[in-house]
Amino acid sequence: MSIHSQIQGNITKTYIIMSAFVVFVVLVAYVLGVSLGYGTSFMWIAVLFSVVSSFVSYYWGDKMVLAMSGAKPANRKQNFDFYTVAENLAIAAGLPKPKLYVIDDTAMNAFATGRDPAHAVICATTGILVKLERRELEGVIAHELSHIKNFDTRLMAVVAVLVGTVAFLADMFMRSLWWGGRRDRDEDRGVGQIMLVVGIALAIITPIVATLIQLAVSRRREFLADASAADLTRYPEGLARALEKLTGDREVLEAATNATAHLYVVNPFKGKQFAAWFSGLFNTHPPIAERIKILRAI
Amino acid sequence: MWTPLWIVLGLVLLVVFYFWSLYNGLVSLKTSIEEAWSQIDVQLKRRADLIPNLVETIKGYAKHEKTVFSDVTKARSAMMGARSMESKAAASDMLTAALGKLIAIAEAYPQLKANENFVQLQKELSDTEDKVAYSRQYYNNLIRDYNEKIRTFPNTFFNESLGFKEKEYFQALKGERKSVKVNFS
Repeated sequence: MSIHSQIQGNITKTYIIMSAFVVFVVLVAYVLGVSLGYGTSFMWIAVLFSVVSSFVSYYWGDKMVLAMSGAKPANRKQNFDFYTVAENLAIAAGLPKPKLYVIDDTAMNAFATGRDPAHAVICATTGILVKLERRELEGVIAHELSHIKNFDTRLMAVVAVLVGTVAFLADMFMRSLWWGGRRDRDEDRGVGQIMLVVGIALAIITPIVATLIQLAVSRRREFLADASAADLTRYPEGLARALEKLTGDREVLEAATNATAHLYVVNPFKGKQFAAWFSGLFNTHPPIAERIKILRAI
Repeated sequence: MWTPLWIVLGLVLLVVFYFWSLYNGLVSLKTSIEEAWSQIDVQLKRRADLIPNLVETIKGYAKHEKTVFSDVTKARSAMMGARSMESKAAASDMLTAALGKLIAIAEAYPQLKANENFVQLQKELSDTEDKVAYSRQYYNNLIRDYNEKIRTFPNTFFNESLGFKEKEYFQALKGERKSVKVNFS
């Protein structure tokens, strides 16, 4: 199978997951609403809420992410390899050069964000810029640029907001149970009780399912971006070696949070914290060893 | 009464729209190819502009390597004079080879290698070589897509009459990194 049909296939699959996700969100909101006795108004609130927050994340998501990570703009003189490599790969991909930022942190990592190639941002830590050779850095930047080219950066921003919305709704539901927000009448008590049980079950599994869906999108995305990076640089070994170095890096990136973890080229939580155990449970990235194996087989 | 007429009219419109979008697709691809070509040109020129400075710097340390200098200068003026795509590709490869030799002799002069100006120029040069290679790769990718489109049905019927002809790749004689076959599922 050629890489072009593979890219097409993966993009289609991602869209299917996206649609299923939207249906799921609205369905859950509907069930929650009915079980609480509010009818369908809950669903409309969910739709409105997710549309508004999607809109916000669509236009300001990149700036929010950058502010959260404390990144500063890169310049050609100080970050020569980073700057020129990004320039070159943008030429190869036929994209405008993304805006470049540097996080002052010795942990090795990088991420991309932005709603489309014209508003794209690539961000790298000083650690990765210092420790990687030019060809290795090229692999990493090509990986990030592939996320931009495949519109993963937009997709992931939207998915993150959808997951956030579901968690928010589930939270609201649990609170309303505590405070007795239910107002059912005697005649539909039976139905209400069944819906209540279903509602509680959904409230528990929803955040888990939502997270898993987010991960499903995320893992496939990483393999696809690796393959596109190999196609772009014509040198899979560069990224493979970079990933090897990244595995050896045991440092935890302080700027990363649970909300931004899925954006990075490798999982930013490694080592000894609770976060490491948690992200091992819901891994946002496929195992690096597997990624290296696939790259070497190309 | 009128239904068959509307159906026929709808079908005709559909066909017209289909061919119109095919035509537009080819035109925009052709425009991208022209842009990609001027990108290659920009990068080739950028590289040519770096050379006088580089030669001057190396001359300061290695005066007697005259043949290498004249080779580079000759290749550079051939590059500047080239007009057609084939001659540009050939001249570019000649220049790459000559520059390779130039950098190789620099290896023998430790003082030169320590020169900050030379180090910077060498970085700029290898970056520009990358830029040439990548703009060429992008151009060739577009040509591949374009030729593929032209060869497929139903474009084959009207491309000749509308002036869409298959285009040549920007060839590299040797050393070009091959396109990778990706097989992953």
